[in-house]
Amino acid sequence: MFLHLRLRPTLLAITLAATLTTLPTHADTLRIAIMGEPASLDPHKISGKWENDVVGDLFEGLVTEAADGERIPGVAESWEISEDGTVYTFHLREDARWSDGEPVTAEDFVFAFRRILDPATAADYAYLLYPVRNAEAIYTGAAEPHTLGIEALDARTLQITLERSTPYFLDQLSHYTAYPVPKHVVEEHGDRWSRAGNMVSNGPFKLQRWQSQTRIEVIPNEHFHAADDIALDEVVYFPIEERNTALNRFRAGEIDVAREFPTEQYAWLRDNLPDATHTAPFLGIYYYVFNSRDGHPTADPSVREALSLAVRREVISEQILGTGEEPAYSFVPPGVGHYDPAQLAFADMSQEERMARAQELMAEAGYGPDNPLELRLRYNTSEDHRKVAIAIAAMWKPLGVEVDLFNSEVAVHYADLRQGDFDVARAGWIGDYNDAQNFLSLLESGVANNYGAYSNEEFDALMREAAETQDLDRRGEIMADAEQVALDDSATLPINYYVSRNLVNPALQGWENNIEDIHRSRWISFED
Amino acid sequence: MLLYVFKRLFQAIPTLLIVITLSFFLMHLAPGGPFDGERQLPAEIEANLLATYNLDQPVWKQYLIYLGNLLQGDFGPSFRYKDFTVTELIAEGFPVSLELGLWAIALALLLGIPLGIVAALRRNTGLDYVVMGTALAGVAIPNFVIAPLLALVFGVMLAWLPVGGWNDGHWRNMVLPVVALSIQQIAYIARMTRASMIEVLGSHFIRTARAKGLSEREVIWHHALRPSLLPVVSYLGPAIAGIITGSVVIEQIFGIPGIGRYFVQAALNRDYTLVMGTVVFYGMLIVLLNLIVDLIYSVLDPQIRYDD
Repeated sequence: MFLHLRLRPTLLAITLAATLTTLPTHADTLRIAIMGEPASLDPHKISGKWENDVVGDLFEGLVTEAADGERIPGVAESWEISEDGTVYTFHLREDARWSDGEPVTAEDFVFAFRRILDPATAADYAYLLYPVRNAEAIYTGAAEPHTLGIEALDARTLQITLERSTPYFLDQLSHYTAYPVPKHVVEEHGDRWSRAGNMVSNGPFKLQRWQSQTRIEVIPNEHFHAADDIALDEVVYFPIEERNTALNRFRAGEIDVAREFPTEQYAWLRDNLPDATHTAPFLGIYYYVFNSRDGHPTADPSVREALSLAVRREVISEQILGTGEEPAYSFVPPGVGHYDPAQLAFADMSQEERMARAQELMAEAGYGPDNPLELRLRYNTSEDHRKVAIAIAAMWKPLGVEVDLFNSEVAVHYADLRQGDFDVARAGWIGDYNDAQNFLSLLESGVANNYGAYSNEEFDALMREAAETQDLDRRGEIMADAEQVALDDSATLPINYYVSRNLVNPALQGWENNIEDIHRSRWISFED
Repeated sequence: MLLYVFKRLFQAIPTLLIVITLSFFLMHLAPGGPFDGERQLPAEIEANLLATYNLDQPVWKQYLIYLGNLLQGDFGPSFRYKDFTVTELIAEGFPVSLELGLWAIALALLLGIPLGIVAALRRNTGLDYVVMGTALAGVAIPNFVIAPLLALVFGVMLAWLPVGGWNDGHWRNMVLPVVALSIQQIAYIARMTRASMIEVLGSHFIRTARAKGLSEREVIWHHALRPSLLPVVSYLGPAIAGIITGSVVIEQIFGIPGIGRYFVQAALNRDYTLVMGTVVFYGMLIVLLNLIVDLIYSVLDPQIRYDD
């Protein structure tokens, strides 16, 4: 350590020199550090983000993502949607092939949808397909599998019928839960079909080798319909949980893309590797849940509002964290399609005005120096969560709030949240798809992830109305009204919007930051 | 001797059973389950997942099911890594941890023992102080400080060696993790050798050997060395078991696909079968290595015999 400190200026100079010279262009093998070992490569057995990086290169849904994350036709080259928005008819492209040369048929999609909804598959993410007619009933055993609202009209025509109009459904079809799986291979190999050697996929790449905890190698699928446009010869994914390791390996030129970097290195990276450091708005919200159940002081909306008023979000984003997040004054992050987020009413007030109002509200609610409000604040163990919790406890102090901080590892934290054993608790939400409904549904009465058991009839009614509205812009307006109701009610305490953090070799072309942080390797190439 | 080995192995069964039972129930006592995460699953999905893995049964029943499967050599499927069984994960990861661990132990013995001997022979000289001071630092500085430092200096700054990755066990990828893994062991072994060597050198039979007129070299090589290695050998049993089952710190920092990470990650993920698999595996290794240590003892010290 001593040695390290003394040599620092020289070493730093060497590092910089080394960094500038060792970001090499390797013979068109793209090396990506993903943030963990995939739980599986079977699209029906995963529910995480890093699995998406790999599986999304291996498979292609009816709809797929362009370099900037926009949805473009995938296996389906065109489609029609019935007037009431419940029947989708897809025309599959003629040249859609599995990597063994077999054609991708409508039957493969029917097979896949039935498989993910079969309880025997035990897919945690099966519920993402609940918009499909009878999906939920089939999962619970109340309906027969063949009644699922998906039908192969012929080998190249697929019809999907929904329970009700679901405007974000098309977006959802690019998600891995809606990928086709090769019926002929799954039937042959059973559960082991997704292992290297067995796996056959229909996306731009095919699986070459999977050495668990070390590397996953994929090579272009010569049967892919756009195989000619793929510039890379190989993609290797390295599961690296330790962010500092990913950073070091990136600096040493051992990887081209790190899908996350250590937040505490942000300032250093911005100064030293500005061309490689990418941060961009991301579809996620960091917020505190208020427990609205009876018997908790946070059941009182004015207490919630006072607590929300006192939190100085800019201070948290810029001084406490300093990792690029934007302070949040809405629950739905900005940048969501067909949506203009609502805003907390006090967003335009100065901090003094906010504090004065907060004092007033607390006094009205009967709290003050003689009767301090005692709160139990839970967060899951992490240095950043701890810093935020301590800062917020300090910001509440002038209101006479006494905070007991509890932290626990993530599994315990969410188990406690489910039990309702807290007054205020840290939570986060990353959108499953680019739609405001995915965030706002967390505040609907009786929904599983509504940890604080918030319930407001007006909000619920607006959300129901939005669900029945076909016009996407009109639907967005109704949901924004619903969000305004929840914000005025201080249903939760939004703190900041997430950002995506990537390190990207500047010699790469085709990397486009986007709100869902989806980057398919088929669009990436090395500069000549 | 053979009879003794069988007897010891037989005696290990109740020990392992206690280990299995304790860890099984402790694990199930820990709050939170394998499917508690940031997003709560819809009730019917969670119920189905629990049923798939028998987690909807009473704990005692789960325990009996687990024991039954274990008797048939089945560690069960991993809850987290769904494409692999626990047996496959251990079978794939253990050789990596073993290889790395054996190199680290070899390096530790190769450096630790001579350093300890030298320090003992030059007791209270400058050399002794330097060796023991370094050893003390080696014991005191934790892995998670040394490993990133090595990676930063030799990987990032000097670019002599890869920062991480396994690369099918290429020697270049092994250097830094082996060094990081062995530093503490070198320090322990050097200190232990020194202490025991000093003790042995003061004993009667050494005085006798010197009185016979043997050269100092012969005294040390033929008489003092073997007995002074006894504490090192008994330390090596559990130490080897610990090292060859991998180190979560080293594996995370250098991206090594061993089984060390499973001890921590599986517990955090509440991947019950993987937790149990690693615990049982580790328990068996400890039993086995302790037995080997006892057998080596009889080679090093003729007074110890095992033929009942």
